Amino acid sequence: MKRTTFALALALAAGFSGAVLAQAKEQFVPANFYWVGPYAPGGSGFGGGIIDYMQMLNERDGGINGVKLTWEKCETEYNNARGVECYERSKNKGPTGATVIHPLSTGITYSLIEKATTDRIPIISMGYGRASAADGRVFPYVFPLITTYWSQASSMVNFLGNRAGGMDKLKGKKIVLLYHDSAYGKEPIPILTDLSKDFGYQLTTIAVPHPGNEQQAQWLQIRQLQPDWVILWGWGVMNPTAIKTAARTGYPREKMVGVWWSGAEEDVIPAGSAAKGYISAGFNLPGSNFPVMRDIQKYVYAKGKGEFDDKSRFGSIYHTRGVVAGIVTTEAIRAAQAKFGKGRPITGEQMQWGIENLKIDEKRLKELGAVGLMPPIEVSCFNHEGSGLVKYQQWDGSKWIPITDWVEPDYKLVRAKVEADAAQYAKEKGITPRDCPKGG
Amino acid sequence: MLYREAGQFKSTYAEDQQIFPIRQDRIAVALLLLVAFVAVPVFANEYWLSAILTPFLIFALAALGLNILTGYAGQLSLGTAAFMAVGAFMAYNFVLRLPWLGIIPSFVLAGLCAAAVGIVFGLPSLRIKGFYLAVATLACQFFVLWAIQRIGWFTNNSPSGVITAQTVEILGYTFDTPESKYLLTLGIVAVLALLAKNLMRSETGRAFMAVRDMDVAASVIGIPMMQTKLLAFAISSFYCGVAGALYAYTYLGTVEPEAFTLDLSFRILFMIIIGGVGSILGSFLGAAFIILLPIFLSVLFGVASHTFGLDISHAVVSNLELMIFGGLIIFFLIVEPHGLARLWQIAKEKLRLWPFPH
Repeated sequence: MKRTTFALALALAAGFSGAVLAQAKEQFVPANFYWVGPYAPGGSGFGGGIIDYMQMLNERDGGINGVKLTWEKCETEYNNARGVECYERSKNKGPTGATVIHPLSTGITYSLIEKATTDRIPIISMGYGRASAADGRVFPYVFPLITTYWSQASSMVNFLGNRAGGMDKLKGKKIVLLYHDSAYGKEPIPILTDLSKDFGYQLTTIAVPHPGNEQQAQWLQIRQLQPDWVILWGWGVMNPTAIKTAARTGYPREKMVGVWWSGAEEDVIPAGSAAKGYISAGFNLPGSNFPVMRDIQKYVYAKGKGEFDDKSRFGSIYHTRGVVAGIVTTEAIRAAQAKFGKGRPITGEQMQWGIENLKIDEKRLKELGAVGLMPPIEVSCFNHEGSGLVKYQQWDGSKWIPITDWVEPDYKLVRAKVEADAAQYAKEKGITPRDCPKGG
Repeated sequence: MLYREAGQFKSTYAEDQQIFPIRQDRIAVALLLLVAFVAVPVFANEYWLSAILTPFLIFALAALGLNILTGYAGQLSLGTAAFMAVGAFMAYNFVLRLPWLGIIPSFVLAGLCAAAVGIVFGLPSLRIKGFYLAVATLACQFFVLWAIQRIGWFTNNSPSGVITAQTVEILGYTFDTPESKYLLTLGIVAVLALLAKNLMRSETGRAFMAVRDMDVAASVIGIPMMQTKLLAFAISSFYCGVAGALYAYTYLGTVEPEAFTLDLSFRILFMIIIGGVGSILGSFLGAAFIILLPIFLSVLFGVASHTFGLDISHAVVSNLELMIFGGLIIFFLIVEPHGLARLWQIAKEKLRLWPFPH
């Protein structure tokens, strides 16, 4: 008994000092997500996906070129202060420290940008975080991979124009943005405002205070406005509430388009039959039939090592989104290993090179068994987003049905905005943007 | 045996009135400051400095601010987070718009802005008391956040409402390492805590306590009600404002208005309830309890499941942490309703008699 107490005390001391003994052939990826609180469905689903994927690689291939992937969970509660604490706790673990960090919260991403850049640990904020970090010259260590909120807003307008039968048909149309009143919800406003001048639609923005479980007033206002479309930029409990209130006020759900954080099973199932016809965006598709998902089933869940106790969550939107995060993370590790030495753990700095040179084309997607699960992606020093493609899907009452192919944003407009904002950040912080190699 | 004041004679008024009249206390405080200023930055690693000690000091300062208002002057307030938000966003604006001012004057001005807001929202305290006043200060909480979110000037028209704190530079020295940021925070907190400790022994402090204990009696003996209550609001908000500025500049580096929600106000209120209402030391103990215990539990569970190979789902562990934390709060409130500071006081009294109690 005494000895266990002693061992525990020692281990605790080690845990606090952040230095845990580890074997050399390991690659440590922190799993700082959230399993409690109002946003737990998103945190546990995404976290489950990325861990399941890494577990599958360990079981099936023995890691990446023989380097086992390891991780440790830390509860951030979707709270900035706890997120920073988890980051500090995890950054020196493993033989080479934290490889990469997925904050899974726009607020935590903002808090970590400077710290991680100083510590040379890349941040992957896939589909959230600071949109202007797509300018890799100012933000070398931040990667808003696949798509940012600004690309999303622009692609959404393209989608609506398409539905209206041409971008010129948007003229005079009324669009309402119903948003979560936080940094996250306010991100799309500048892009949607700019585009409203270009295309001549009339934009009204309506805020919903956190957590958003009471929206009667907002929807009365929407009913008076009679908009052609409502863009829903919600998170957590706000989403099903919006759908239910829309049904009560008689607003057609086929005219509501949600952002990807408003488009998971957890957002529509609680709304019941009211959600039928509701449309949302997504940069990944749900499903358990992709070859990669079947491998996870075979190598992880069949052995009882899966993250979900509730098997119905397997293959849900958040789960496959986590798997996509696992794919981009491990593919970047693979790229970095190819450059800096196969079969050896890489450092955060080498990982930065790996992500910056990450390229997953259709051919590689096929090898990974993830065709259609995610769009192809090609990152460069200049462009830290790498794709910008989004699909739109409709809820048929029991599952999401894709209704479009990958929809592009207006790259030129979004990029101009990104560069302007990044330049302002660089000026405020006194950063000299680095030069990117030609064509990079 | 060690803690005994026998033989310490006070022969001047100055000796009689010093902050720590007992020699052992003076030595202990000096040692504590020495450890905090010298040993900690030398020996503590980055994790301890930037993720544990710096936020602990900042929240202790905010709790101290609330303690001046609630613990000493008896005015219940739920606007603490709003005053912190005023401090954080005004400090940002002062540094941005008047860069020649320097960081410390900007912090002071930000604190003064928070004090002004505190005075305005303290006006209802002249008429209403207790829980009703708490409800009135709620208005401050919502109004301030609303204003910061809606008026672009506060965030320099940042599209997402998030501000990034500028680099802290004093007299050409840049505070960019965890050690330097910790030392800056510690310096400011130590000075302000010392000032508060002294203030509470002064005429102003006694006026605060008179108002707290019975305001009718206080006004009968000639304590000006309006001046005293508003001064309490002003000083308290100043402390919270400086804490908010430190939160932005030496801790997180970026802040969004949503960081300063009602939730934070409640947490700071819990800090002073747990630590000790009406005690400077209590503010620090309470902040330590509320900030450090959840982290300690989370590390403990992480290590325990590693060492013993426990196979429990992480969601269960995370929820268990919250339950144990809640349980400990109730335990301490039952064992000592006057807070951790009172436990410390009892221990001190026992020590003075030890080993020969009557």
